[in-house]
Amino acid sequence: MKRNYLFEILAFTIIRVLSAMVILVLLAILVFIIVRGASVISWEFLTEMPQEGMTKGGILPAIIGTLSLVAVSIVWAFPVGVMSAIFMNEYMQQGWYKRLIRMMTNNLAGIPSIVFGLFGMSLFVNDLKFGDSILAGSLTLGILTLPVIIRTTEEALVSVDQTFREASLALGATRLQTITKVILPSAIPNILTGLILSVGRVSGETAPILFTVAAYFLPKLPSSLFDQVMALPYHLYVITTSGTNIEESRPMAYGTALVLLIIVLSVNGLAYSVKYYYQKSTSKN
Amino acid sequence: MKRWGEKLVELILMVSGTVSIVAVILMTVFLFREASGLIGHSAVEDDMCVAVNRKNVVDKISAQELRQIFDKEVTKWSALGQTIKSEDEDSILLFRVDDIVQYYNEEQLGDSLQYVPKLVSALIDSLPGILAFIPEKYISDEFKGRKINVAPLSTREFIFGISWLPTAKPAAQFGVWPLILGTLWVSLIAILIALPVGISCAIYLSELADWRWRKIFKPLIDLLAGIPSVVYGFFGLVVIVPMIQNTFGLPVGETALAGSIVLAIMALPTIISIAEDALRSAPQAMKEASYALGANRWQTIYKVVLPYSLSGIAAAAILGIGRAIGETMAVLMVTGNAAVVPHSILEPVRTIPATIAAELGEAPQGGQHYKALFLLAVILFIITFVLNLTVDIISRRRNANKN
Repeated sequence: MKRNYLFEILAFTIIRVLSAMVILVLLAILVFIIVRGASVISWEFLTEMPQEGMTKGGILPAIIGTLSLVAVSIVWAFPVGVMSAIFMNEYMQQGWYKRLIRMMTNNLAGIPSIVFGLFGMSLFVNDLKFGDSILAGSLTLGILTLPVIIRTTEEALVSVDQTFREASLALGATRLQTITKVILPSAIPNILTGLILSVGRVSGETAPILFTVAAYFLPKLPSSLFDQVMALPYHLYVITTSGTNIEESRPMAYGTALVLLIIVLSVNGLAYSVKYYYQKSTSKN
Repeated sequence: MKRWGEKLVELILMVSGTVSIVAVILMTVFLFREASGLIGHSAVEDDMCVAVNRKNVVDKISAQELRQIFDKEVTKWSALGQTIKSEDEDSILLFRVDDIVQYYNEEQLGDSLQYVPKLVSALIDSLPGILAFIPEKYISDEFKGRKINVAPLSTREFIFGISWLPTAKPAAQFGVWPLILGTLWVSLIAILIALPVGISCAIYLSELADWRWRKIFKPLIDLLAGIPSVVYGFFGLVVIVPMIQNTFGLPVGETALAGSIVLAIMALPTIISIAEDALRSAPQAMKEASYALGANRWQTIYKVVLPYSLSGIAAAAILGIGRAIGETMAVLMVTGNAAVVPHSILEPVRTIPATIAAELGEAPQGGQHYKALFLLAVILFIITFVLNLTVDIISRRRNANKN
């Protein structure tokens, strides 16, 4: 009996220690980048062009580039993803076809991001002749983020009470009216979570934009969809591994990493607070 | 009018509904299309060919033998398994078209090099041990040498070949074995590190933590999942790589181990959240039955909860491996990118995705190298497809068992 008790204590201690380690590693990463990066970030850093082989100046074009990639890819991927989920959940009967679509969505989510990059390069850049452009990059990133949007929207739709649908249909509303007037309004907070999460995902991805849009060094702002741009994650990769002067551009790298981290984490934080806020307010009713 | 509007909207919804299927099919088509024509095609550039003296009995040579000859590792025809009678015919005399100036002067070559093909032909005829690497256009009816075939790249050579030299002259070497091994080593060690830690976290979250800790812990794990891979790579490069270099006293810190540690951290959120779901699905009644039999909490977790959720944990492990195999940027930044067969985890390695990311920018579109990189992407695509299907089957069986 006593041996069992000791075993329990030992096992639980190991579990707690390992769990604490995970948190410590996370905090180490965050603190490290925040402390090293904070001293670099200034108004000039955020609003100026990179200078002197990217060892001085700012990262404005990379910030603008990432924002435009996010905007364009969300503009097409979000409606398509939401409509796809609505069709799957509201129109389709259970069966092999629905299972196939779901399987493909899961598969799409598991495909490595570099494979998306190659696909985008061969279809958008070469075949459709968009060249290295915001358009090609955003289309690639959009496909990458579709599974995120489809899944979260589906979850949101499933969580809408079945009686809502039945009540609306019983009042003589058509299916589409039921969707637009009843289901979507009550599912919108969770759908928004998916939207915000995919913004976070898109802004941090590097591999898909390597061969579809990213420019190594381009100190000007984009003026059309067919322009190449710099992007924060690719910029970070470039100045840490292949910049002209890796040692001197290290502070720039810390700064870029911090800006990227702040964008991605605040976006994710927003998504979760939306989710928790609405969870709370709906559970009260 | 209204009905038509609604029909139209339904049609649009239906089209969007197939977007995932369309995307996967398009990806399959395009990846295979770009990769096709590498296997079964000789690795020598299209406009070049290999020729020998007419008396030489060799009629076929492999890309690898060609490289060995060019690197002077092989200098005798007999080493290639040929029976050659006399000594002077045996030694291989390598001849590139630029070498022509060693044999003839400018006057003989002609003002616009118009005599070169004839001279090359004569040269090949006069030197019995010659192996000439010359442009295809020099081969005409009057050519006195004999053109030999370079063996096409076979699937076996592609997968098990041990040298990845995609830009080598005269024949590029596309052996992906070192890359496959590199990928497997890095991801398997990553999973070996991440799995125990991840399962511990999942057990903590589902069984031990009170709700207050859970409320802090869960969002932190989500935070971990949200950090971009390039930031992990950067952290690995400036913190983990020097740490490994100092701890083991290595000349360079960019090793397989560094990649594994970074990947382990990155795979943790996936493993934790799926394993936690699996652990939570264990029915309360089962646990209570276990307590009623006098088992303590650890015994219940170990003997009841874990076995019950084993398939879910397997799914977590497989998805974790899938993420690790496909991860590109972080690995590219910390593993050192040496395309050689690894002998220990403290050596630089190179993974398949890192190879694609590092080399595609320099590979001319439509060339052999380009095709080889797309073929690597096809391999990745197939691996992750199979892993995802496995997870799909596992989770379907779980759900079927529950009902």
